[in-house]
Amino acid sequence: MRHIISVLLENESGALSRVAGLFSARGYNIESLTVAPTNDPTLSRMTIVTWGDERRIDQIEKQLFKLVDVAALQDITINRHLEREVVLVKVGLLGDPADSKLELERVTSVFNASLLDVTDTLFIAELSGSSEKVDEFIKALSAHTIVEVARSGVTGLSSTERALTAR
Amino acid sequence: MQLTGADIVVKSLEAEGVEYVFGYPGGAALHIYDAFHRQQEVEHILVRHEQGATHAADGYARSTGKPGVVLVTSGPGITNAITGIATAYMDSIPMVVLSGQVMKPLIGYDAFQEIDAVGISRPCVKHNFLIQDVEDIAATIKKAFHIATSGRPGPVLVDIPKDITAHVAEFLYPTTVDIRSYPEVPKAQPAEISIAVEAVLNAKKPIVYAGGGVVLANAQAELRSMVRKLGFPCTNTLMGLGAYPHGDPLFIGMLGMHGTYEANKAMHDADLIVAVGARFDDRITGTLDGFAPNAKVLHIDIDPSVIDKNIKSDIAIIGDAKEVLELLNQEIARRESEINPELTKDWWSTIAEWQGFDSLWYEHSDTVIKPQFVVQKLHEVTGGEAYVTSDVGQHQMFAAQFYGFSDTHKWINSGGLGTMGFGLPAAMGVKFAHPDADVACITGEGSIQMCIQELGTCKQYDLPVKVINLNNRYLGMVRQWQEFSYEKRYSNSYMDSLPDFVKLAESYGHVGMKIESPADVEGALKEAFAMTDRLVFMDFITDREENVYPMIEAGKGHHEMRLRPNKK
Ligand SMILES: Cc1ncc(C[n+]2csc(CCOP(=O)(O)OP(=O)(O)O)c2C)c(N)n1
Repeated sequence: MRHIISVLLENESGALSRVAGLFSARGYNIESLTVAPTNDPTLSRMTIVTWGDERRIDQIEKQLFKLVDVAALQDITINRHLEREVVLVKVGLLGDPADSKLELERVTSVFNASLLDVTDTLFIAELSGSSEKVDEFIKALSAHTIVEVARSGVTGLSSTERALTAR
Repeated sequence: MQLTGADIVVKSLEAEGVEYVFGYPGGAALHIYDAFHRQQEVEHILVRHEQGATHAADGYARSTGKPGVVLVTSGPGITNAITGIATAYMDSIPMVVLSGQVMKPLIGYDAFQEIDAVGISRPCVKHNFLIQDVEDIAATIKKAFHIATSGRPGPVLVDIPKDITAHVAEFLYPTTVDIRSYPEVPKAQPAEISIAVEAVLNAKKPIVYAGGGVVLANAQAELRSMVRKLGFPCTNTLMGLGAYPHGDPLFIGMLGMHGTYEANKAMHDADLIVAVGARFDDRITGTLDGFAPNAKVLHIDIDPSVIDKNIKSDIAIIGDAKEVLELLNQEIARRESEINPELTKDWWSTIAEWQGFDSLWYEHSDTVIKPQFVVQKLHEVTGGEAYVTSDVGQHQMFAAQFYGFSDTHKWINSGGLGTMGFGLPAAMGVKFAHPDADVACITGEGSIQMCIQELGTCKQYDLPVKVINLNNRYLGMVRQWQEFSYEKRYSNSYMDSLPDFVKLAESYGHVGMKIESPADVEGALKEAFAMTDRLVFMDFITDREENVYPMIEAGKGHHEMRLRPNKK
């Protein structure tokens, strides 16, 4: 089962490597990992997408909590939650650029994505959505020449009243 | 008081009540060494290799319960210390390691003797710090001691760039620590306690399985009163030896790979396993598939992550073993009338049958020294009261099986990491902590050579440790595995070109003895222990191919023990 674990980390140097090191040392899977400061400058919020059976996820949570830099954590997938990922896709314009452009604009608007940059040869689109939607968007564009893709990895929030807080 | 960073380091150690720091100097640590020179409160012990410093600090910690302290320089200083830090980590031993680092402006430029100490130690410390500012030194050391000694203990590294130890700051050692993200140990809940006691009172085939956590928590008295009140069989892990006293009728011996037949059989057939401060590691459980198929598991531990890690528990109580056992004892006392010895009567007769098998039996010899015999005689000569450190191999298992520990903190070995080279430096740390006690290091001719240079440290500081070298001219434990699993292909398990240990000991200024006949064992031990002011290196020439029995081979279960073939 896929799980999204939100972690509040002390904003200390080395905290990220402790988490990354834990996952590699214990052979836990990481599908994606994002981290950035929060509104409290002493804390970062990390979102880890991982998978495993119940016991494995239980171990992951307990091992994470043992790290001195981890202030709080929550598996947001056990309740109602929101997840978002941002993707930037750079597509090459082939054949008749005007035709290509039209077709790409159509795909972009179907997905509610935005056009960030268009030149005579390139087209860069941005989409924010669930990982599935991002997958579909990339698939829809793959009829064209995808030059490169940059995905942010998942971030998310529980949509319950409960917030992740440090002591 | 305005002090340099180096003086702050030493003053902080003094404020922590540190008696001894085990270390080795080098460039990045020189300001700190200069600060040591200026004072008398904290004694620095100069070892011969940084691995020795960590094991000595570890032996000090294991025998006292207080944190061991280490000081090393950057680069090779800290890399040499890693084995000892990992050893302490695997056995949850409180330790604070201070390492010099290159000057801050040089960090990241591959400076001379620069290594990322925080990075290289990360997988084998409980936590670590790189100090960025002289103002942070005292508070960081305070945190390091707090983290190392609280909850499930472990080593903490503090890496200190050299320039920072020359900077000046006001010294004020904090009296409290607040680390927001450091979890407090949860308290056991009354509901859990009563569920646990309910299970205990109804068990027909119970076993109490006590590990190193009981030693670390000083919970031996509480463990003993619980076991005695219930009349349950009790086994100890390699790390827990002494928690329940050897020789007590309720003690059924050590558990695990080289545990007794009765302890392993009882684990396998139990209907209730009461695990206290133990973590069901692979040397205890054997293969997990066949592990205790009918047992309910009551697991008590301070570290939530060991619960359900290897074995799924039915009842889990997270907390300090001493506190949890106290609560259990209160509840058991309240329901004392419900204790029914009849329930476990059949179980005890089954156990008695297993005990009748006498799985530790070995054939005594009049011509060749059996290693087990030496350990038994050591017990007699020291009245079972000695601190015994060991290295890793067959000798370690013979020590564990035959010394017969009746107290905690006296059996000092590297159980988790299995570090050859541990025994002698650990014995030094024990001797510093307990100058008047007998301290024996049971070792093998392979292991002793891994840190043998510490004989020099023993001379310098007058540490009259007794080295019991069970010399079988083989890397015995490796040879045993090769005999059992590789059709006796003894690949590189032979110890050729051994030194003359007697002369070697003498060249360091110690007493050396070579003992070749069983008839001389007892006399030699008596003579050695009578020399209370000398280190005696006793080279016992033992049976070459003696094996450790019983044995649960890797991948086998508790019910598939390999027993001594030529028995009676
Ligand atoms: C540092 C280290 N290297 C290798 C091993 C693997 N090992 C385990 S026991 C053993 C043999 C130990 O030989 P010795 O010290 O002579 O003891 P004996 O088994 O003969 O009693 C070895 C090599 C280890 N535990 N530690």
